[in-house]
Amino acid sequence: MTLSPAEIDALLLSLKIAAVAVAGALPFAILAASALTFGRFPGRFLLDAIVHLPLILPPVVMGYLLLISFGTRAPIGAWLLHTFDIRLVFSWGGAALAAGIVSFPFQVRAIRIALENMDPGLHQAAETLGAGPFDRFINITLPLALPGIIAGAITAFSASLGEFGAIITFVSNIPGETRTLPLAIYTAIQTPGGELAAARLAALSIGLALFGLVISEMAMRGIRQKLTGQVRP
Amino acid sequence: MSLKINIRHQAGTLDLQAQFKVEQPGITALFGPSGSGKTTLINAIAGLIKPDSGTLTINDSTVFDSATKTHMSPRKRRVGYVFQDARLFPHLTVRKNLFFAHRRATNRLPENQVDAIIAMLGIGDLLSRRPAKLSGGERQRVSLGRALLGNPDILLLDEPLSALDQARKEEILPYLEALRDQRRLPILYVSHSIDEVARLADHIVVMDKGRVRASGSVFDILARTDLAPLTGQFDAGAVIPATVTGHDPKGGISYLGCAGHQLIVPLLPSANTTTTHASTIPQQTRLHIRARDVMIATSIPDGISANNILPATIAALTPVGTGNIEAALHLGHAAKGRILTTPVIQARITNWSALRLSLEVGQQVYAVIKSVTVDGKLRDTDA
Repeated sequence: MTLSPAEIDALLLSLKIAAVAVAGALPFAILAASALTFGRFPGRFLLDAIVHLPLILPPVVMGYLLLISFGTRAPIGAWLLHTFDIRLVFSWGGAALAAGIVSFPFQVRAIRIALENMDPGLHQAAETLGAGPFDRFINITLPLALPGIIAGAITAFSASLGEFGAIITFVSNIPGETRTLPLAIYTAIQTPGGELAAARLAALSIGLALFGLVISEMAMRGIRQKLTGQVRP
Repeated sequence: MSLKINIRHQAGTLDLQAQFKVEQPGITALFGPSGSGKTTLINAIAGLIKPDSGTLTINDSTVFDSATKTHMSPRKRRVGYVFQDARLFPHLTVRKNLFFAHRRATNRLPENQVDAIIAMLGIGDLLSRRPAKLSGGERQRVSLGRALLGNPDILLLDEPLSALDQARKEEILPYLEALRDQRRLPILYVSHSIDEVARLADHIVVMDKGRVRASGSVFDILARTDLAPLTGQFDAGAVIPATVTGHDPKGGISYLGCAGHQLIVPLLPSANTTTTHASTIPQQTRLHIRARDVMIATSIPDGISANNILPATIAALTPVGTGNIEAALHLGHAAKGRILTTPVIQARITNWSALRLSLEVGQQVYAVIKSVTVDGKLRDTDA
């Protein structure tokens, strides 16, 4: 099974977009998860709802919302274009933004579970040992939440690789710029005689998903072993 | 070095009202049953909870005062806290755990003292391990070292031994004794085990239902029969100061001095070290003499296996339980009408014995001591 140059382009583009989407959303996901776990402020429920919105909205609606906010004539899009000369519509950066937002809830949920399961006693211990709030966050909270952060990142990466509706609505289906694997599969199916190409790309997607699953399982096992000293079957 | 406490705090069913001072180095035991407010109290001292009202002073620095709305954060209080469950950071090695507070301290402990603490606790070989690979006893030693390396003004120990089995306890106790004897640091030791308290503490604060019921030296408090419901009935007895005066390795015995009297016990393990360091004799120690191990004789018994028969004067006779009497005995014979100030030991005898010997307060008798606890180990003295 050999891939055509266009198909390799789609694969590499998908990986690039997913990586940028996850890395870009990660700091915000950690902030949101911390605020939702430890924060006691009015509007916490609203934040929770906004974070989960991409999970319940149809992706096409997400793409539409992005289009009316980040289009070149839309308020944020126009400002970005004039101030920084950044155009998100019809560009891979826009695809990364769409993928990052759609997969955001997966990151937040995984990190939040890790934070909620953390022993508050360790924080007290760190406090009596002279660590301030920021110090504790960097040296205790984040390292202990690492399994959750990794799990969230891998789930979000997979979700980003598979994102279709928001991407095609917001940044269209431009070969070499926004045509990711799912869009390439869709295009192949639409093209007469493209069944074989569609099958190849679908197999590639399945392989990629399984690979991600194995990597995530191995990473989790390694960390768990380090923290608990036990090897689980 | 001082700690002044005067706080009120309501938490759930607990109504804590505590007022006492610790003005000396050494171990002060916070002793009382579960739910008496011991942990709440040291959490307030550490700053982990904010009391409803009152004041807290550590070394002339007011760390909490409800009147002026002062509530210093835990990290500025210079308090070392050893938790019941050790609370080592699982993602850090023993070395990084140990140096966590040291690296953050404003007045760092000198290197040679750091090395001395690591050596004293015997954790030098564990430095590269992770907490998950440590035994329960090792974990508590590392936790103790971590708190000490922060160079605290006061050390708080919250039942550091309660999660350990007897063998692991025996592994830690010598380190706590060394800590008490080597470092001039006030230590607040929360415990509900009277054996630990009798062995380690210099002072006791007895707590019950959120109130301080009594406080004073370990010898005075444990001699008070009125506190027996709190300090425990069965192993009740006296803790008295004593001096190791000599050893006879051939005869297999050691000599102890107590209020001018001599006691003979099986050769103490410290005999081996003291022969090479003659300067450590006389050496201070403490005896725990259980009431049930003491018999009373009206004249010096003849032909008896017990080695320790001390003259004593009956100070009080208190009925306990059904058919028993607890006799408080001052060591030594007092002339009629004179009041003795010597240490008091307790003897538990039956009503029938007291009646048969027609015992009365002020009477001169002999205490026959079957066994004593020295250095936390029960030693039969008639064997």
